[in-house]
Amino acid sequence: MNEIMRTILWLPEQASTFAKAVDELHYFVITVTMLSSVAVGLLAFGFFFKYRQLRPRQSTPIVIPSVKFELAVVVVPLAFFLAWFVQGYRDYVWYTTPPKDTMDVYVMGKKWMWKFAYPDGPNAVGTLHVPAHRPVRLLLTSRDVIHSFFVPDFRIKMDVLPGRYTETWFEATKPGRYQILCAEYCGTWHSQMWGEVVVMPPAEFDSWMLQQRAGAGLTDRVDTATDDGPSFHGTLVEYGKRVAMAQGCLKCHSLDGDPHIGPTWLDLYRRTETLETGETVLADEAYLTDSMIDPRAKIVKGFKPVMPTYRGKLAAPDAAALVEFIKSLRSQNLDNLPSKEAIYEPARR
Amino acid sequence: MSSSDASDLGAHRDGNHADPHLAHHFDSMETQNHASRLGMWLFLGTEVLLFAGLFLGYAVNRHFYPHTFKVASHSLNLVLGTVNTVVLISSSFTVAMAYYSVKKGRNKQAAGLLGFTILCALAFLCIKAFEYQHKFQEGALPGKWFHFHEMAGMPGANMFFSVYFLSTGLHAFHVIVGMAILIWVLRRLIRGDFTRTYYIPVELGGLYWHLVDLVWIFLFPLLYLI
Amino acid sequence: MSQHADSSALAPAEARVYQEINYLNADRGVMSWLKTLDHKRIGIMYFASVLATFLLGGIFAMIVRFELTTPEPTLISANTYNRMFTLHGMVMVFLFMIPAIPGVFGNFVLPLMLGAKDVAFPRLNLLSLYVYWTGAALVLWGVINGGADTGWTFYVPYSTTTPMTLFPVLFGVFIIGFSSILTGLNFIVTVHTLRAPGITWMKMPLFVWAIYATSIIQVLATPVIGLTTLLVGIEKVGGFGLFDPGRGGDPVLMQHLFWFYSHPAVYIMVLPAMGVMSEIIAAYARKNIFGYKMIAYSSLGIAFVGFFAWGHHMFVSGQSAFDDGAFAVISMLVGVFTAIKVFNWVGTLYRGAIYVSGPFIYACGFLFFIVFGGMTGIAVATVSLDVHWHDTYFVVAHFHFIMVGAVIMAFLAAIHYWFPKMFGRMYHEGWSMVAATFIVLGFNATFIPQFLLGNAGMPRRYYMYPERFTALNVASTAGSTLLAFGFIIILIYLIWALKHGEIAGPNPWNSKGYEWRTSSPPIKENFEHTLDYPEEPHMYQEPGEEVEHVVI
Repeated sequence: MNEIMRTILWLPEQASTFAKAVDELHYFVITVTMLSSVAVGLLAFGFFFKYRQLRPRQSTPIVIPSVKFELAVVVVPLAFFLAWFVQGYRDYVWYTTPPKDTMDVYVMGKKWMWKFAYPDGPNAVGTLHVPAHRPVRLLLTSRDVIHSFFVPDFRIKMDVLPGRYTETWFEATKPGRYQILCAEYCGTWHSQMWGEVVVMPPAEFDSWMLQQRAGAGLTDRVDTATDDGPSFHGTLVEYGKRVAMAQGCLKCHSLDGDPHIGPTWLDLYRRTETLETGETVLADEAYLTDSMIDPRAKIVKGFKPVMPTYRGKLAAPDAAALVEFIKSLRSQNLDNLPSKEAIYEPARR
Repeated sequence: MSSSDASDLGAHRDGNHADPHLAHHFDSMETQNHASRLGMWLFLGTEVLLFAGLFLGYAVNRHFYPHTFKVASHSLNLVLGTVNTVVLISSSFTVAMAYYSVKKGRNKQAAGLLGFTILCALAFLCIKAFEYQHKFQEGALPGKWFHFHEMAGMPGANMFFSVYFLSTGLHAFHVIVGMAILIWVLRRLIRGDFTRTYYIPVELGGLYWHLVDLVWIFLFPLLYLI
Repeated sequence: MSQHADSSALAPAEARVYQEINYLNADRGVMSWLKTLDHKRIGIMYFASVLATFLLGGIFAMIVRFELTTPEPTLISANTYNRMFTLHGMVMVFLFMIPAIPGVFGNFVLPLMLGAKDVAFPRLNLLSLYVYWTGAALVLWGVINGGADTGWTFYVPYSTTTPMTLFPVLFGVFIIGFSSILTGLNFIVTVHTLRAPGITWMKMPLFVWAIYATSIIQVLATPVIGLTTLLVGIEKVGGFGLFDPGRGGDPVLMQHLFWFYSHPAVYIMVLPAMGVMSEIIAAYARKNIFGYKMIAYSSLGIAFVGFFAWGHHMFVSGQSAFDDGAFAVISMLVGVFTAIKVFNWVGTLYRGAIYVSGPFIYACGFLFFIVFGGMTGIAVATVSLDVHWHDTYFVVAHFHFIMVGAVIMAFLAAIHYWFPKMFGRMYHEGWSMVAATFIVLGFNATFIPQFLLGNAGMPRRYYMYPERFTALNVASTAGSTLLAFGFIIILIYLIWALKHGEIAGPNPWNSKGYEWRTSSPPIKENFEHTLDYPEEPHMYQEPGEEVEHVVI
């Protein structure tokens, strides 16, 4: 049944955990839509034959609706709509809440290509390698205009905004290759801003990752020599350090474990912090990036809310580099692995 | 009491249909006046929504940059802002009085009051221009011209001045339009078009002027005080 | 389908006379038109203008469709394509669809329906036409000179960084907004103050109710788009940075401001269409309006709720999940109000005496399209489904079902229904049914493949596309040719009818709508003398016959 409906409706493959659940609601909604619109159209057409005008100036009875009728036309559609909403919203919450322990990938959209950066692995342009059956969280930002990250086979889509991080996640179910499309109009080659997700069996992915980290034929360089910034050559972590100095982060955040005006960055990554409000928060990528953009939202206990926001001051890659830099600051773990990046070339055109 | 115009128009006022101000498609002067008032109120509604977008911009950015907005708002000239507020509020009072005088048939007094209102509008614009000039010199004009050293390094300073210049600029434009309307009303008043029974343009002009005033009453505390 | 337009079913109510001295020839010369204050002449001038813009927008649409027949570049370059779909959207939305029904039929018919001699502010009415012309000219000039490739949505930062000079276009849209505001304001005041004695609120024709609700939206929402376009324009010229993340601004703020207008704008387009259908269904079925109050109130309901649904355009823009849910539920209420109308229209047909005609075919098409278009709207408002459909051809097909399927059907039906009143002559009924059939079928053939394209995952505004979408794109283009063919037929027989059509007489449809009580074409002052309105519009019970009352 699922396959028949999917074929009739031209839906793409169901390659993520969302796909099947979302499609089932889709079938229900579309079937009801088709039935009711055809029913209304046919009813009008049927009346057209049944009640044809027999003579000019023909009189007609005065027909008025009863309260029951009017109530029914309000309640029945509303019941359907709300039922769809409840199911749809539940799925949507599932869509928007990534599970714990996801594999994170930074995604940057840029006219007209996709760039992927693994936290402690390689960077890539155009192709995103992920393991099957493992939740993957994408932290998306744009270098220039708004893009939208769309993988039809996974039924996911998220706008990619400059100056902001958005996130989405998925769990691929079938190894294979799936197309990434840009869904938000972004200029001349919007229609060619394609990429590919390569889903690998988990074991194969792990060995691929090791191979990438070994730097087989890849340069481990960051190259920011683009249209709008000064050039920099080095690793993402080095670049992050440079950003931290340039932005004055180190005036308040120490790197050696001593608390200063702000919390130290040493071992900050994945530390559990207690907030002023008494709640606790895990200092993951999301918290770190959020704290740059909206520093007063979650103040760590014992510190004053004095940090200014860096909204608009930090370019998207800078923020990513800062997070990488913070992640590299581990007291025991001295052999942190630099990020790697593929040779920078556009996917198409 | 100016008797000249009353006697001029007296001849036409014996019946509703003879009223020269009554358009052919209305059945009575009351309906026509009702229509004009309703039209004006709807237009004021439109204007409020026009400014609402900028107020939203203000709210959003204030939420993003509370500290900067506080500092930036103190960099504005509070004295000039307060003077301007007083000027506008008094002009609103005089325009209301002008309307009252016309209704009572005291057209000369009304002309004086309207003239004072227009002078207030002019004064407001002059003070605003002075303030603007000062801000230009400081380099507070946002966008590519922004080089305000006092607030260098504060994120969002550019946002504050964007909102500041856009909202006060749009408001100043409304002051100019309102002034033009009042000048037109004054001209007709001096010509003797208005009587104790026909004063709707004064009323509508006054309503518009009140809106201009009202917008400023919201802008002033938001931009200068808090 | 019965092809023979049974003209004997239309025995003349009154003698079929042509009003020799009418609003069209009471004054002569071009200046008498340009300086006219007569709402009917202003309506006719709007008619000519929106037909021209519709033709223009249609040509752009056809270019877009033919470009998409192959996955590779076909006719034009990528940049030209981007400008073409931008033009298509802008011309159709701002220059055609928003002024279409209110500008043409609101102006022409609304005062007639109220038994008024004119709208409340005739000079303002003429001014709004001039403002519209100015804005339209500026948009077209800007597009030819500077070009616009942003899509009609002007999303920042794309619009502020594109090398094209966008300012004239944005300013043109800003100016057109004023025309829309003035028209709406005028209609609201007219409805409040110029109803003839006897026409109470609950005896107003439903078209008037619909225009009234539309006008409220025009007055309250349009200034926001005016401000938005102005801000984007200033941003582009001066780089103020209010929407520029590089300067600390927020691009999503612009989306909020934009959709605060542009979502209600959908109801500026569709509410008048619903009003037209309420009139036409009652007139051709010779039936009292079933559920009059429900239809009238649901128009106001849509106008009200429509203001709070804009966020459903931004489900994947990184809005909080709570906001998404709230906007989704509110959007669904619009669907409920629409459902009320649909059921009541069908109820109006029940036990009617239906006269088979071109407009009635459009009405049937309209009912199908509004249900399908409306319910797919509910589908995209169902948040989880929108994730896949957002910015794909599914959304394109959905809003074309509403904007073309519902609004254009109503516009065409209105042209045919009121054509005899406007010009005093009949069009050819047989040809009108042929054209209507072409249009309804062509429309389905164009847009149903686009729903499937959206399902398959083809994003909108694509110049080139993956091979797997080819078949559906070709089908859609074939359908659009059929649709264009239908429009050409209409154009030919209507132009022919202007001169050679049968004399219509005051009321060729034997309609009990109020506007049919004057001669065709109407005299300059609309009515010879003040009429009285003893009963509601569309009561088709002849005196002397026994009236049957039915409650269902």
